[in-house]
Formats: sequence, structure tokens, C-alpha cells
Amino acid sequence: MNESEARSLLEIADDELILGWRDSEWTGIAPLLEEDVAFSSIAQNEIGHARALYELVAGEQGTTADELAFDRAPEEYRCTRLVELRLLDWEKTIARHYLYEQADAARLEQLKQSDDAEIAGLAAKIDREEAYHRMHAQMWFDRLKDEPRFTAALDALRPLLDAGRDEHSPELAELWVEMTMVRRSQPAGTAW
Amino acid sequence: MTEREQSFLEYVQSGGQVEATDWMPDDYRAKLIKFIEMHGNSELMGVLPEREWILRAPTLQRKLALTAKVQDEVGHSQLIYRVVEDLGKPREQCLDDLISGKAKFHNVFHYPTKTWGDVGVIAWLVDAAAIISQKALLKCSYAPYARIMKKICWEESFHILHGRDVVLTLMNGTDAQRELVQEAVDRWWGPLMQFHGNPIAKDEDPMYVWRIKSQGNEEARQQFLDGYVPQIWELGLTVPDADLRKNDDGVWEYTEPDWDELRSVVTGHGPKSQDRLDLRRKARESSAWVRQVVLAEAA
Amino acid sequence: MIYEIFRQERKGQPFHHAGSLEAANHDFAEQYAKEFYGRRGESEALWVVPREAIIEVDEFVDELKRNYHRVDGYSLKEKLRRARERVGSALVARDR
Repeated sequence: MNESEARSLLEIADDELILGWRDSEWTGIAPLLEEDVAFSSIAQNEIGHARALYELVAGEQGTTADELAFDRAPEEYRCTRLVELRLLDWEKTIARHYLYEQADAARLEQLKQSDDAEIAGLAAKIDREEAYHRMHAQMWFDRLKDEPRFTAALDALRPLLDAGRDEHSPELAELWVEMTMVRRSQPAGTAW
Repeated sequence: MTEREQSFLEYVQSGGQVEATDWMPDDYRAKLIKFIEMHGNSELMGVLPEREWILRAPTLQRKLALTAKVQDEVGHSQLIYRVVEDLGKPREQCLDDLISGKAKFHNVFHYPTKTWGDVGVIAWLVDAAAIISQKALLKCSYAPYARIMKKICWEESFHILHGRDVVLTLMNGTDAQRELVQEAVDRWWGPLMQFHGNPIAKDEDPMYVWRIKSQGNEEARQQFLDGYVPQIWELGLTVPDADLRKNDDGVWEYTEPDWDELRSVVTGHGPKSQDRLDLRRKARESSAWVRQVVLAEAA
Repeated sequence: MIYEIFRQERKGQPFHHAGSLEAANHDFAEQYAKEFYGRRGESEALWVVPREAIIEVDEFVDELKRNYHRVDGYSLKEKLRRARERVGSALVARDR
């Protein structure tokens, strides 16, 4: 794995981590109980993907997945601003979900072509899980596409797909503080 | 009691099972709805103290396990409300009554969580207290409820493992981590002792008479103490009750729990009762349009 | 719409009723059923059925007590005892 491949993997891992973290905010308060359970699995899958990707990079860099996930400074994350937003309106969450899954599908297709067998293999595994996410997003899109607030959300979020990854929103910094507060309460290397 | 009601009573007391479409006395149906609804409400409200920590979990593994635990609890509330709905009370009405304070939820979910220590102690001890009651419900005379209890108990077994794992990791860690656990045990002990309810005699408890519950309150509490006090003590933790001990007859003696506190808390005066009901109300109001769009076409 | 879920725990086993859920349509019902009854890998397969498609049958008429249809309609113990006895005495007679 070369430097550029590692950077790519971290981009995807950070996207999945932060998106998974955001999506997990719905667990317990989603609009429908049945949907609450389904959406929570999506959030868990995303964190699971992030973990698998971090593990691949961590192996190369002599660190651990948890250290990559938690112990970098906010500026060092490679995620897109789209996933950083705290969107506690369902139409915005689904709009992001729909847009992200489409962009992610294209990205995963590329990764599946990688010369590195481990990377290609992991991408294929992740893609198989993402197939369910795409079905779920499509199901909701079909249901909400005539709702003005949903189409407005799509329009508002779509431009963020092209935003650079070097500048982060203040929301990421806030999320990072909350995400790492327990971990930072004890010295590095403490078991939790 | 009419003759038909009397023979129904004898039927359930000798182990008879009742299905959703069977005839049942009005009182049985009403008690059943009240009991099962409170369970559903408790699962739904129990989610709220724990979900804060989903966002603060200190490792990816803990994050996943905790999210899965909370997800299970939401799933349980779905299963339970479905049972109530088939008995005649729609889910939306249950949620209305929960939010308005008309219907209740268990005491433990009215208290704040303060540290990661709470996460461990809740999954280890609070869930344990709940599982003791839930295992007894496997024998409930109302079969649809008994059946979902199988799935619920199976899923809860993962929660206890997770709780134990969190606590043991902390107890094997730094002094500060051990202190997190002790401090949480000190705060949760009171509510835990109140959890199974005051020691009303089985035969005076309508829920037992109808065999909705198959176990008396004190029996459940004794089971909890028997199973978990040794586990607490073997880790070097203490319980904030100097009078707690097992006597020669194998019965646990303890300081009388504060039944006034229990009564006050379950009627909505707990430290977090109103905050959490507000959160539920706001979440529900802001997502009402989603339910309308999704379920309207099907209705 | 209410859907009933039947699950098969392992290949070859019967499908058992597992629970019910509310969903807007078949697509949602399928996704939700997978979540509720499969996210821990506990099911081999599921049948997801709209409740209204189920025909419940719970009354069976047997006014004339057809005992030939039931195990308790056959009392073999006594007959077997006599049959064994007959063979026993036949063997004794043969060996004389």
C-alpha cells in the first residue's frame, strides 16, 4: 500500500466513521420504531466499514484502528463536510443518505479495481453491505420525492458532494470533543 | 365475578394460555394492557439515558456494542407495542399517554447517567434486575407476550455480557476507572433496590392472580441480590447499605428501600422524568409528518 | 399495514411464527423483517406475510368422537400380552 492509497482509504474511513456517528444519533428517536432499528444497523455498518478500513491502514502504519479513529486532531480527519453536519431533521438525513450512497458507490467501484488484493477484497465486502444501504435510501427517496422539504434538502446538500476535504466545519470539532471526551479522560493506551 | 370469568381465572391459574383472539374478562384485558404498556414505555424511555453515551464511546468496539444494545431496546418496544395494539390499544395512543404522563415507565429510567461508569453498571446490574422479571414473564398466561419475551430475553443476554465486559475492563484498569464504577454503583443502588416494587404479597397482586406475572416482587428482588451481590463484592466493590447481608436461612436482609421515592419517581417526579418526556414529545412532533407520509397511503 | 413474520432457524426446519410489524408496503416490510429477525444472523430464512392474507382456522368439529383418528383409540397392551403368552405356551409345547 502506498502513501496515496493510504490517504484514499482514510478518506473513506473518515467519511464512514463520521457519517456512522451522525446516523447513530437517530437511534432511539427515529420517526418510526421499525425504521429506528433499520437505520441503526446502517449506522453500525458504517462504523464497521470505518473500522475495517482503519485496520488496513493501521497495519501498514504500526498503529491501531481505535488510535486512527479517535486520537487524531480534528484538522487531520479526511472526511467531507457533507458527513460532518448534524442533521436532526429526517428529510435532511435521508437526503444526505441518498446522495452519499450514490457517490460512495462510484468510489467503491474504483476501489474494487485496486491492484492491492486486500484493498480490492475489502471494497467488495463493503460494497455488498452497501447494496442494502442503497436499497434503503432508494425506498425512502421513492416515498419522499414529492415532499417539498425533501427536494429542498437534496438541493441544499448536493453542492457539498464537491466540497474539498481540507476544510472542516466547526461541527466536526464539536463532534470530536464529544466523541473523544471519555477516551481523553485517561492516559493514552488505557483499556476501555 | 361471573361464572365465565371464574372459570377463566381457574384456567390461567392452572397454566392455561390465552391468545389474542380468545375471549377474556375485561379486567384481565385491562390489567394486561396496563402491564405490557408499561414495559413498552420502559424500553422506549430506557433508550434515552444510554444513547448519550453512544456518541462518547471510547473505542469502536464499545460504540458498536452500545449502539446494538440500544437498538435492541427500541426493537423490544416495537414488539411490545405490537402486542398491546393487538389487545386493542394502538401504538399512537400508548405514546400519547406516555408523553402526557398518564402511563408510566420503570423508575430506573428517570435517573441521570453521569459517567462511562454508568454505562457499565446499567448494562450489568440494571439489565440484570430487568432480566429476572423478564424471565418470569416467559410463563405469562397471555401467550403473545410470553412469546416475544423469548426473543427479548435472548437479546438481553448480549447486553449483560457487554455490561460485564465494560465493568471488568474498568476494574482491571486505572484507579480513576475503578472509581467510576464504584461511584456509579453508589448512585444506582437505591433505584435498583426499588426496581422490583414494594413487597406486596403475591396473592394480593392482581398481576400475579391473573398469572400475568408468575413471580412476586420480593422473590424477584431476592433473586437479584442472590445473583449479583456476590458478583459486586468479588470485584472489591461495596454496596451503600451497611445492613445488606444474607442470613442463615438464605434470605437477604437489607435497609428498607425508600418507597416514597419510588412512588414519586414513577409518577413523573424523578430527576430526569420531565426532560426525557420532553425529548420524546419533541422528537415525535417533529417527525409526525414522516409517519403521515409513510403510513397514510397504506391506511 | 401489519405483516406477520415467520422464521426458519436452520435449513430443513419448519417456519415458526416470530412476530409482527407495521410497514407501509412490501419493500419496507422486507427490510424491517430482515432487521428484526436476522440482524444477529439468527435466521436461515423468513416468510413475510400481510396479516390480511392469513386465514385463521381454530374450530374443529368432532361430535361423534372419532377415536380411530387418535392414539387413545388403540389399546394394544392387553392384546400384545395375550399374543406373547400364546407364543410362549406354543414354544413350551414345541420343546416338550
